[in-house]
Amino acid sequence: MKPILLVAAAAAAFVTLGVPAVEAGRDLDAIKARGVLRCGVQTGTPGFAVPDAQGRWQGFNVDLCRAMAITILGDPSKVEFIPTTTQSRFPALTNGEVDMLINNATQTLTRDTGVNRFNFPAIKFYDGQALLVPRRLNITQGRQLNGATVCVQPGTTTELNITDFFRQNNIRFTPLVIDSVDELRRAYEAGRCDVFTNDYAALAALRTQLARPADHVILPDRLSKEPLGPVIRQGDEELTNIVAWTVWALVDAEENGVTQANVDRIAASSTNPVIRRLLGVEGNMGQALGASSPTYVQQIVKTFGNYGEIYNRHLGPQTPLGLERGMNDLWTRGGLMYAPPAR
Amino acid sequence: MEVGTMSVSEANQERITQSKTVWYNDAQTRGLVFQAMLLVLVVVIGFTAYQNMIANMAARGLLFGFDYLGRGAGFEIGESLIPYTATDTYGRALLVGLINTIRVAIIGIVLSTILGVFLGIARLSKNPLLSGLVGGYIEVIRNTPLVLQLVFWYSIINAFPRPREAISPFPGFFLSNRGLKIPWIEWNDALWPVVWAFVAGIVATIIAARAYKRKQDETGKITPLWPTALGLILGLPALAAIAMGWPIVPTIPVLAGFNFEGGATLTPEFFALLLGLTLYTAAFTAEIVRAGILSVSKGQWEAGRSLGLTDGRIMRLIVLPQALRVIIPPLTSTFLNFTKNTSLATVIGYPDLVHVSNTTMNQTGRAVEAILIFASIYLTLSLLTSAFMNWYNARVALRER
Repeated sequence: MKPILLVAAAAAAFVTLGVPAVEAGRDLDAIKARGVLRCGVQTGTPGFAVPDAQGRWQGFNVDLCRAMAITILGDPSKVEFIPTTTQSRFPALTNGEVDMLINNATQTLTRDTGVNRFNFPAIKFYDGQALLVPRRLNITQGRQLNGATVCVQPGTTTELNITDFFRQNNIRFTPLVIDSVDELRRAYEAGRCDVFTNDYAALAALRTQLARPADHVILPDRLSKEPLGPVIRQGDEELTNIVAWTVWALVDAEENGVTQANVDRIAASSTNPVIRRLLGVEGNMGQALGASSPTYVQQIVKTFGNYGEIYNRHLGPQTPLGLERGMNDLWTRGGLMYAPPAR
Repeated sequence: MEVGTMSVSEANQERITQSKTVWYNDAQTRGLVFQAMLLVLVVVIGFTAYQNMIANMAARGLLFGFDYLGRGAGFEIGESLIPYTATDTYGRALLVGLINTIRVAIIGIVLSTILGVFLGIARLSKNPLLSGLVGGYIEVIRNTPLVLQLVFWYSIINAFPRPREAISPFPGFFLSNRGLKIPWIEWNDALWPVVWAFVAGIVATIIAARAYKRKQDETGKITPLWPTALGLILGLPALAAIAMGWPIVPTIPVLAGFNFEGGATLTPEFFALLLGLTLYTAAFTAEIVRAGILSVSKGQWEAGRSLGLTDGRIMRLIVLPQALRVIIPPLTSTFLNFTKNTSLATVIGYPDLVHVSNTTMNQTGRAVEAILIFASIYLTLSLLTSAFMNWYNARVALRER
């Protein structure tokens, strides 16, 4: 019977997957020991993470990852970008292939808890499902779409959100669901469907790939809440703090008018205690956080600019994506970006 | 081993061998032991796999069960033959997918068989242009990937004009990138007797055909079937409709907002899938038919001609019935392939069984259950097709006297 047991054991080993245990501080120590921060990014989303002609990664998420590298290791070049798909990203984080995901993953209760045990320290981008329509239809609101055919990518929530939206407004639609994004985009361009639905930022990226982007508009309706954040494994409080306070430092810098251009001058001459603490001129915030240097925020803003500057460089109205700040504006201007006080 | 017919000397021989050899040298005992070992192996592997699945699912907080089929689905489906809305259950959503699969499979198998038979005969034509064209078609279709062909047909259909600029070949018919819209009959329960009358008409036609055949065998007179068939298949439903007070209300497609309202629709996804699969499968059927016809000896043609039959009648009455014996078994395989290939619908967005199952899987996380369901449905469909074709094969088999 030995061979049988062997086969059974092999089958069992094949089916069983291990979940590695995590100790406090372990992940941060591992990054420091390695000297390189490994960020999981999506495979080529314009504006967020895409390799340029020289093969150098560029984008909003890429700059955020490099900012984290400054906080942890004091050097924005000590990073490694690992492309992941929507299917492979969470397994890659679970098995330690990456230290952190910066690839537009939505924070949800089930991802935060239970068997997944992930951690979303701070939200870096607020997104929501939206509707893309051809300009010639003269549609200004989702409510006017009664009887429309909607192109939907099969996903966990996109199909449900669009169904809920039409039911809430008491109007009907016909879905067209195709697995391949390229095939779905071709169907939309051919006019097979009237509407394309996906997350707002994803739609803006998709629009740049259409033959004539200016002929298509994204309607103001938001069908869902998609808070996107860097994701790490649960169990390392120190790393959690560093990720959160790096995102918040960028927001805080914008709120206090600290920019890439003026950061040196402000650090040298500002008398505002809030700014002096943020930039590490006063107090010991960097030390409390366990950052690479007390002036890590100065270094980040000098390298990449504040939150608004990074946003506008990669996603803003002057870029092909042309995203308005909207929800991602500062709370002082009616947005949701709000950093707790650094003191 | 037939013990009853064994001679005395053989029986003695057997006893001698048995007494002389140990059990593992006896073919029968050894066979039984191996069978038992195999059975144990299969059971152990199956049980271990099941245990592991349950244990792993439990470790991830997942439960195994089919209770989710009764819960609200919450998503819409592009096309359905039965009433369906987002408030219906996952079970009903799967049923919609299954009906869509069966619809494509049945229509496509019939069409591809008819087309395949004609192509197979044309491939053998003495006209080099015809046989060459058909040969080229078969080689191109058989030697390119099916997925590629489906995407190709789908993009061609998507290139049709938008609904507002729809082509209208006849009043009430509209061809656009939303599919073909045709006038149809609004369904109501008073139409049931009409449907049954239609079915009765078909059954009566089959009975009439048999009676005419018997008459031909007895008297040698050929009675044309088509006037009777026309009267029964169209006349009976018409009488039923009149008896029910003509419950036929037509609905005609009218452009309203984004799309046409009313009428019936042949969607681009359905049409692309049907067209792609039919053309693909017909190429294989054509080769099977050609092989079948070539398997009938030349002497049958010569005999037919010496009786004064036309080539067409020789083909229909003498060659094809004999060729069927060679054709049916491989044809069964192409039917099975057709049904399974319908699952490629996902590529072009036709909501078939797999397509709906994928969405269900995404939303409920019940991957194992969903795959079990559609795997067993495909298995059932294939076994049913196979059983029917085996029955038909036995019917056309050569009866040796």
